[in-house]
Amino acid sequence: MSEDIQTGLAEILEEVAGVAPADATPEKSFTEDLDVDSLSMVEIATAVEDKFGVAIPDDELGNIKTVGDAISYIQKNRA
Amino acid sequence: MSTSVGDVVVTGLGATTPLGSDVASTWDALLAGRSGVSRITDDWIKEFPAQLVARLAADPAGQLDRVRARRLDRSQQVAVVAAEEAWRDSGAADAGVASERVAVVFGTGIGGALTLLGQDDVLEEKGPKRVSPFTIPMLMPNGPAAAVGLAVGAKGGVHAPVSACASGAEAIRWGLDLLRFDRADVVLVGGAEACVHPLPMAGFAAMRAMSTRNDEPERASRPFDKARDGFVLGEGAAALVLERGDAARARGARVHARLAGAGGTADGYDLVAPHPEGEGAGRAIAAAVRDAGLSAADIGHVNAHATSTPVGDTAEAAAIRTTLGEHVLVTATKSQTGHLLGAAGALESIFTVLALREQLVPATANLDDPDDDAAVQALDIVRREPRRTQLTAAVNDSFGFGGHNIALVFTTA
Repeated sequence: MSEDIQTGLAEILEEVAGVAPADATPEKSFTEDLDVDSLSMVEIATAVEDKFGVAIPDDELGNIKTVGDAISYIQKNRA
Repeated sequence: MSTSVGDVVVTGLGATTPLGSDVASTWDALLAGRSGVSRITDDWIKEFPAQLVARLAADPAGQLDRVRARRLDRSQQVAVVAAEEAWRDSGAADAGVASERVAVVFGTGIGGALTLLGQDDVLEEKGPKRVSPFTIPMLMPNGPAAAVGLAVGAKGGVHAPVSACASGAEAIRWGLDLLRFDRADVVLVGGAEACVHPLPMAGFAAMRAMSTRNDEPERASRPFDKARDGFVLGEGAAALVLERGDAARARGARVHARLAGAGGTADGYDLVAPHPEGEGAGRAIAAAVRDAGLSAADIGHVNAHATSTPVGDTAEAAAIRTTLGEHVLVTATKSQTGHLLGAAGALESIFTVLALREQLVPATANLDDPDDDAAVQALDIVRREPRRTQLTAAVNDSFGFGGHNIALVFTTA
């Protein structure tokens, strides 16, 4: 389950921010390790909603620091 | 103008145009008489009176990294492609110029129109939450300048003149001023435009400004010709690297030409129609020649703004004849490139620089039957074949809706 999410998220990261799929591992920080800026995080949130049906409100988006945080959030909130 | 900082020279050239993906291929195509104009075949064009466009020879997105390209409006993509070529050509990156002393001046006529209109479609169809977070940086008219500034790491200031079809030339004039006022050591200047979309096409057509010679695309842009009926919208960008002559020579840079002077005026006559005798245009040319410390007799060539509109071309011919005389070799390269709006002045400045460097004036295509206007008849407009000649100084004219007039004087290196 979480592997599916990781794969899907890696696809989004590659499309939006040019992150190599192999680099999209749970411990990576979006800003520190993957060079994803705040506007790209907004695009990622929109893509996550399309792909997983999970909307990420702005106040939650600020708490998502790592790929792992995003995976957990999607896992917890997926219907 | 006598300045404490000495002369200003052009050390880098870059372009992506309807004639080619860089300066060399564009210049070759220009001299070969090739046209960049074609007829739009998309469904939406069917009801449009004017169906012609001069599209880029190469898709700029294909010349940039994919992720970088998707965050840039097409007008910004072309700006970056042209600027990076000019920057490489200048060798400034290897010369150790401090980034705090590098400035950018890059104009556009319309800005990120494709993003503005495309995201408005998204808003209408999918709602506000689906509008891209990159919408504003992609549509803002300083976007091309900002993207170029980031591309070359310019920290000495990034500026974006917006004066319609004079924007590219105005950027060059600002660049000259920045160097003369010692506000920078190297200035990357230019213009960019990419607005081929139904709305701008419909707007220009509603002004009756565009050619409707739909069945003969390559013959449609015909400056100074009796049968001209409007301009052809083009897309692209052009960039030049300017620096002080002493610094350029000290680092052994190749100098393409000198930027000897500039003049700018406003018509104060009408929002869009040019003054019929080109009064403001003539004052801009005279000011530029004076600024260069030259006289009319020194000017051997004019790359005219001449967009192929009925009123614009004759007004400019009058201005050239009155200000410079009848000895100058005039050419109108929009006959092949189409009208690149905010990029036009920069692209035509490159053609002016190359004419000086190569001692060769490109021909005006499609000038089969010059207008009966007295000034057009009096001028020596190069046609049919490029003309080899001896030049020491040349002028590039650019004019924009709003009554903006810019003239630039270039001289041999």
